[in-house]
Amino acid sequence: MIIKILGSGCMNCQKLEALAKKAVGEPGLEAEVVKVTDFADIMAYGIMSTPGLVEDEQVKIAGFVPPLEQVKAALQSGSAS
Amino acid sequence: MSGIASFFGWLNDALLKMTWLNELVGALVENVFGLSLDGRPGASVQFFIYDTIKIFVLLSTLILIISYVQSFFPPERTRKILGRFSGVWANALGALLGTITPFCSCSSIPLFIGFTSAGLPIGVTFSFLISSPLVDLASVILLASIFNWKIAIAYVVVGLVLAVIGGSVISAFKLERFVEPFVYGTHLADADLPELAARDRLAFAWQAVVDIVKKVWPYVLAGVGIGAIIHGWIPESFISAVLGDRNPFSVVVATLVGVPMYADIFGTLPIAEALVAKGVGIGTVLAFMMAVTALSLPSLIMLKKVVKTPLLATFFGVVVAGILVIGYAFNAFGGWFV
Repeated sequence: MIIKILGSGCMNCQKLEALAKKAVGEPGLEAEVVKVTDFADIMAYGIMSTPGLVEDEQVKIAGFVPPLEQVKAALQSGSAS
Repeated sequence: MSGIASFFGWLNDALLKMTWLNELVGALVENVFGLSLDGRPGASVQFFIYDTIKIFVLLSTLILIISYVQSFFPPERTRKILGRFSGVWANALGALLGTITPFCSCSSIPLFIGFTSAGLPIGVTFSFLISSPLVDLASVILLASIFNWKIAIAYVVVGLVLAVIGGSVISAFKLERFVEPFVYGTHLADADLPELAARDRLAFAWQAVVDIVKKVWPYVLAGVGIGAIIHGWIPESFISAVLGDRNPFSVVVATLVGVPMYADIFGTLPIAEALVAKGVGIGTVLAFMMAVTALSLPSLIMLKKVVKTPLLATFFGVVVAGILVIGYAFNAFGGWFV
């Protein structure tokens, strides 16, 4: 699967990216983390508040950086469905 | 009734004004530092320590609570709500939602594009953009703590009125042609955002506290420092000659000094507090605070990316004019607020 981090490069976007990469390092989760920095591309996902996390084209997190456990939970709930 | 009133008075003194902290710091300054509170150094040191602790404690607590509430009003939802209204009601609602939608200048571009490309009149977006930094729930409670509730509520009301009128004027001038064309070509998709659980909201609120404290601490320290200097060292006669009632241009001076300053409202509060203590009119002080917070170079630079100069200049002019009117009006009718 592909995980996209949406954000113009602000500090919180980098934090969320680091968390997503950590979560992906866990067994059972294999994914590629890519960054989306263009405003038009970000807004195509329907969010104005960054950072955002998109998994398989679905917005999972928007507007804040959750703790690592929640990032993992968000990703796992996606792969199960 | 008087029992209830005195109970709330006690709550206000203990929790918001933290009068006990002031006494505690006073005792520390007198007994440990050996400085008399009647002397200048003692009074300045007491003001600095007391104000710094008070502002950071209030700031962190308030932002945690308020951000939790704000997590129910993401900008995506605000946009949908605003789309259902038109005319001055849309401006009024834009101004109101500006106070509770979480917003920082770093997200002003996506927000402006999102609002505008969804067909919201730019005047409504500007009502939002004026009220958002100006009338902040946390700042209102801090104002109540430093001055009183009447002043805090009056500040909210005039801030909202300024946002509504400012946005309406921009609408009336039909300045849409000065929006950069790419804004209309960008589309915000209509997606359903993930529903937030309580722990998500808590994470969101905690992040807001960390972000804001990290961002504003230098301004707060600078503000408290300037406040402490005004408090202890600048003669009242000098301040009242420049900013007092006898100078008819006091509000103009306060506004002109405030506009180029870029600080969070939390940084301006200690300065405001010290000026009021020196007898400066409440309108002059409010004009200074509004000028510092409503107009800042970083946000103007951000906006410049999405709008052309005539629109930006109109926004700037309308806000400055509004601040001047508010300042003089409060000085004229300020008698009842103190």
